[in-house]
Amino acid sequence: MFQIRCPYCGPRDEPEFKYGGQAHVAYPSDPEALSDEEWARFLFFRDNSKGRYAERWNHAAGCRRWFNVIRDTGTHELVGSYRVGEQPADAR
Amino acid sequence: MADRAAPLAALEGAIADAVFAGATLRTVPFLAQVGIRLDPAGPAAPRVAAALGLELPEANLVTESGGRRALWLGPDEWLVVAADGEERALVAILEEAIGADGAVVDLSANRTGLELSGPQAAEVLATCMALDLHPRAFGPGRCAQTLLQKAPVIVERRGDDAFLLLVRPSFAAYVAEWLVDGMAGLAADLAAV
Ligand SMILES: [Zn+2]
Repeated sequence: MFQIRCPYCGPRDEPEFKYGGQAHVAYPSDPEALSDEEWARFLFFRDNSKGRYAERWNHAAGCRRWFNVIRDTGTHELVGSYRVGEQPADAR
Repeated sequence: MADRAAPLAALEGAIADAVFAGATLRTVPFLAQVGIRLDPAGPAAPRVAAALGLELPEANLVTESGGRRALWLGPDEWLVVAADGEERALVAILEEAIGADGAVVDLSANRTGLELSGPQAAEVLATCMALDLHPRAFGPGRCAQTLLQKAPVIVERRGDDAFLLLVRPSFAAYVAEWLVDGMAGLAADLAAV
C-alpha cells in the first residue's frame, strides 16, 4: 500500500485516495476546431512511460482536493506531491 | 424538534453492553453543525473570527471558544460545531459575517456523533482506523477526515483519552458496530490476563 502525502492534510494511507490519471493534460483552448482524431487523442491517449510520471490524485476520504503526484512507474516510488497550479519541480 | 429520531437508537443497548474498564462509547445524536467555505486569505475570514470569537484553524486543527468549535476540513472549508439547538443562530451569525464571500450550509442532520473515551479509547479506535493516532501525530485539538474501515468519518481528539466521531446517519450503525466489536475484543484480552 502507498502512503501518499496530501499537500493539504499530510501523509495518509492509499485507501483514502482516488486515482485521476496523467496530470498536466491541458483542455484544448478551442475544442470546436479539433478534428475527431485530435479530440480522441486528447480524451483517450495518455503517456505510458517508464520512470517518473506526473499523475493526479484526489484525497477522496479527506479534504477532497485534487493534487498531483510524481510516481516512478518502474519502481513505484512516490517522489513527491504538489498542488494543482504548481509544477513537477515543486514536488516534495 | 420533537419528532427527530436518534440515528443509533436501536443500538443503544449494544453500545451500553460494550462499555468496559478501558473505554466508554456514548452516542451524541444531535449537534449543531454548520459547514462554511471561504478563502482563508480573503475578507470573510477575519469577520467570521470576530463573529464566532475564535480563529478559523489551520490544517488538521480545531479551535474552541465559548462552547463553539471550528474543525478544519480542507484548505477553504471548516465545520462549526456547537450544542444541539444552536444551528439556526449559528447560520444567521455566519451568513451575516460571510455575506457574498463564501458559503454557509446547515449540516446538522448530515452527521451524528459518537464519543469514545477512556484509557484504551485510542486502542479501540485503532482496531478499525488506519490513521496514526499516536499523540505526537494526533494529539488533543486535532481533527481529520478519514476512513473508519470503509466509512468516511470526521474524527476529533477531544483530550488524551477522548475522541468524537462525526458520522453520516446511514453509516452510523456500521461504525458503532465496529467500535463495539473493538471494545469486546479488548475487554476479552483484559479478562484473559
Ligand atoms: Zn487532503
